[in-house]
Amino acid sequence: MPEKENNTTSAGSSAATTRSEYFKGFKDGLPIGLGYLSVSFAFGITAVNMGIPPIAAILISMTCVTSAGQVAGIGAIAASGSFVEIALAQLIINLRYSLMSLSLSQKLCKKYSMFHRFTTSFGVTDEVFAVASARTEEVTPPYMYGLITLPYIMWSAGTALGALLGGILPDIVKSALGIAIYGMFIAIVVPPAKRFRGVLIVALMAAALSCIFKFVPFLDVLSGFSVIICTVIAATAGALLFPRPVEDGEADD
Amino acid sequence: MTDTLYLCLSILTMALVTYLVRMLPLVAIRKKVKSQFLLSFLYYVPYAVLSAMTIPGIFFSTGTEITTATVISAAVGFIAALVAAFFNRGLLTVAISACCGVLVAELVTMWCF
Repeated sequence: MPEKENNTTSAGSSAATTRSEYFKGFKDGLPIGLGYLSVSFAFGITAVNMGIPPIAAILISMTCVTSAGQVAGIGAIAASGSFVEIALAQLIINLRYSLMSLSLSQKLCKKYSMFHRFTTSFGVTDEVFAVASARTEEVTPPYMYGLITLPYIMWSAGTALGALLGGILPDIVKSALGIAIYGMFIAIVVPPAKRFRGVLIVALMAAALSCIFKFVPFLDVLSGFSVIICTVIAATAGALLFPRPVEDGEADD
Repeated sequence: MTDTLYLCLSILTMALVTYLVRMLPLVAIRKKVKSQFLLSFLYYVPYAVLSAMTIPGIFFSTGTEITTATVISAAVGFIAALVAAFFNRGLLTVAISACCGVLVAELVTMWCF
């Protein structure tokens, strides 16, 4: 677990701090990257099965870095969908990133420049966001670059492996790997849910709402919006019922 | 339009929209939010997002064709992950526990039926 820094004000000022921040991020990114390897591997297989050339599948992973959005995207491309359709699907499915970026903007250190905001926002995925926001210290640019490095490389590499040689893995292994990313989500939610009733209630509420959107017949047309609607309702309820104490940047302890 | 051009423009569209959605809030909002409501809301966002994505999605994650057997194997993986996470294991350990749960469930189903 990350140890406390006494001089957070000087973070980023010296080369040594920059390097140590980068490596902290790099280390935190390893489990994300390993999780991505299996998911992007599966994406590569799916894309090729849909008739997308391997090089296009790899390019998509390198430029979008988003699981659900990419799967919807290749579906639209395979069906020769219009650009409006493709853009709209990305907008709806990925709108949750706006909420995450908004939330993350509150964790960034004072020295986080405009340039770093433009570059690092490219790599804000669900998991990168989750790990960065679970951090007790402020988030610095080198930490973010470190955190993004391995997930980005492994997301691209996994897609390439899946697209080029996906056929060789036995089905049983492929299906077991499919659950890896969800396991990671659970690892992020459960520990704070044990300690704070607010987190537990919000998580249960979001899960219940998400099931309603999935299984209630006429609501499933909204499935693209599901995650964002569930999030807004559950997080609003949490903020009203269990407001966090102000001036408590380290609420997780 | 050629297939290659269509493919390139599609990828460009996907990349651009996804980037803008991520970048705009991070670049536009440079102040610290003061409102307790908004701070609390933003604190709960990650847990709400992750829970909504995990449930019920996790139950359909262990196969391209969803059958009772794949849902059961996913449920076993889900429980394995919950147990590991309850004992505060790291991200990777919990993820591996989920995979092992699925693998065991699949092997048992294969032997039994």
